[in-house]
Amino acid sequence: MHMKMNRKKAVGVLITLFSIVLGVVWLMPLIWLIGTALTETSFHMTFLPTTPFTLENIKYVWNAVPFGQYYLNTIILVVGTFCIQFVTSTLAAYSLAFFNFKGQALVFIVIFMQIIIPNDVLIIPNFMTLSELGLYDTKLGVMLPFLGSAMAIFLLRQHFKTVPKALGEAAMIDGANLWQTIWRVYMPCAKPAYMSFAVISVSYHWNNYLWPLIVTKSPTNRTLTVGLAIFAKSKEANMQWSNVCAATLIIIAPLLIAFFILQRQFMDSFVSAGVKE
Amino acid sequence: MKQKMTKRARRETAIGWALLLPALLFMCVFTVYPVVRSIVLSLTKYKMGMEAPEFIGFANYTRLFGSSTFWKVMRNTVSFALMTVIPSMVIGLLLAMLVNRKGRHIGFIRTAYFYPSVMPMIAIASVWMFIYMAKNGLFDQMLISLGLAPMDVLSNKSTVLPAMAVMYVWRESGYLMVFFLSGLQSINSDVLEAAAIDGATGWKTFRHITLPLLAPTTLFISTIAFTNCFKLADHVIIMTEGAPNNASTLLLYYIYQQGFTNMNYGVSSTLTVIMLVILLIVSVPRFFSQDRKIHYA
Repeated sequence: MHMKMNRKKAVGVLITLFSIVLGVVWLMPLIWLIGTALTETSFHMTFLPTTPFTLENIKYVWNAVPFGQYYLNTIILVVGTFCIQFVTSTLAAYSLAFFNFKGQALVFIVIFMQIIIPNDVLIIPNFMTLSELGLYDTKLGVMLPFLGSAMAIFLLRQHFKTVPKALGEAAMIDGANLWQTIWRVYMPCAKPAYMSFAVISVSYHWNNYLWPLIVTKSPTNRTLTVGLAIFAKSKEANMQWSNVCAATLIIIAPLLIAFFILQRQFMDSFVSAGVKE
Repeated sequence: MKQKMTKRARRETAIGWALLLPALLFMCVFTVYPVVRSIVLSLTKYKMGMEAPEFIGFANYTRLFGSSTFWKVMRNTVSFALMTVIPSMVIGLLLAMLVNRKGRHIGFIRTAYFYPSVMPMIAIASVWMFIYMAKNGLFDQMLISLGLAPMDVLSNKSTVLPAMAVMYVWRESGYLMVFFLSGLQSINSDVLEAAAIDGATGWKTFRHITLPLLAPTTLFISTIAFTNCFKLADHVIIMTEGAPNNASTLLLYYIYQQGFTNMNYGVSSTLTVIMLVILLIVSVPRFFSQDRKIHYA
């Protein structure tokens, strides 16, 4: 009995050790990225930095590329997209959760279509539509295809349905109108769903590249990802790994820090958004 | 009475549609309409400088099916999918089993496995490009220090896709891990305890209990994994632009290239339709799991 316990313990320690080693392997690209971004340029690339610490790379890149402007653009896009999705998805989810009417099946087909077809695949026709609307190279144009979100509608609808109907009816009897009922009764109950939806929406739009690349042209509308790609592919960045690492660090830092603080929330959000049928 | 009911039903219909309208409008214009438009344009000749698309039937399809570049791209896309989806699912499951425990380090370990998923693909590609850079890159330097010849993996047509696949598996495994983790955690612990009492140990429990119970989860994850993999183009734009000689051109990158470099909207629409068919095929499991939730009570 005693031996068996010991053996079990030893296996447990081995598994822990193995998972930590694997974790370090997984972290290696990030370690190299941060180390390279924050140390003086060396002639030879090394995994661990051999040169002294410096913020010069970050400073240089920040001034060479209008990252301040790109940050502002990205924040406007991410916040704007989320706010509009918040309203459109809440209304649609409420409708699909509590109303029974003809033609609903059709709506579910549309939602299903959006779930199986990633937006990136439709860049050609959507680019044409956007140009015809005269919205090429505008922030609104970058946001437009995402303003009706099937993922958000589904997530919220599922949560709304778990709220007891009596709660909503009581509010209505008390004289609350439809919007007040949603705002005071359903939204507070669906807080976890809203959190998940926020995490997914913000990470997606912070990281999105192909669509903003195609529909923006001027620095006043470019996103961080597009700015990074332009810099990483420019002649001046060639062989300049410390500068490219610094630029990369600048654009990944906010989301990565948020993730390290709220890791559970992030992972749960990704799961709940994936399990959306 | 009946009159009143229909009046109420009509009111309900009106409000229901009104609430749906804003979201539905955006979804129709940017999801339904582009699908229809791609299908229509795929039957036309439509290039930059042309006033209007010109109907040509299935000529785009027959021309593509007779083009060696198209088949090369399809081969690349399918082999990239096979090189990434299965390994990242196997590793994802392994990682999920490693972190499906309680302990002080578990939070840190999960974070280490998952963090690539919150980085943009473009940032990942920028970093890995230096890892794979000729001679000076970390990978070639490692080879040199082991006394081997540097490989310059991104410039060689037989190694460029596997090299990209390694990068992508590194990113995707952690992402799939969280889905496997939620699947593992929803397996009723009574079942595992009963197995333990019956004398089943590690591998046997895994093989005969965990794995079968995870089957629906696995099917669902495979849909996610394939969809994610087919919609990739960002890293190609950064790392190789399809070089050498289209050895790293994937379908979405090809669509992008035909549409925005060659300005050939007819052909790129045809490729879009082919992509849609592929996505529909890999989404088949979704049609069957509508009612059977992947979670076990």
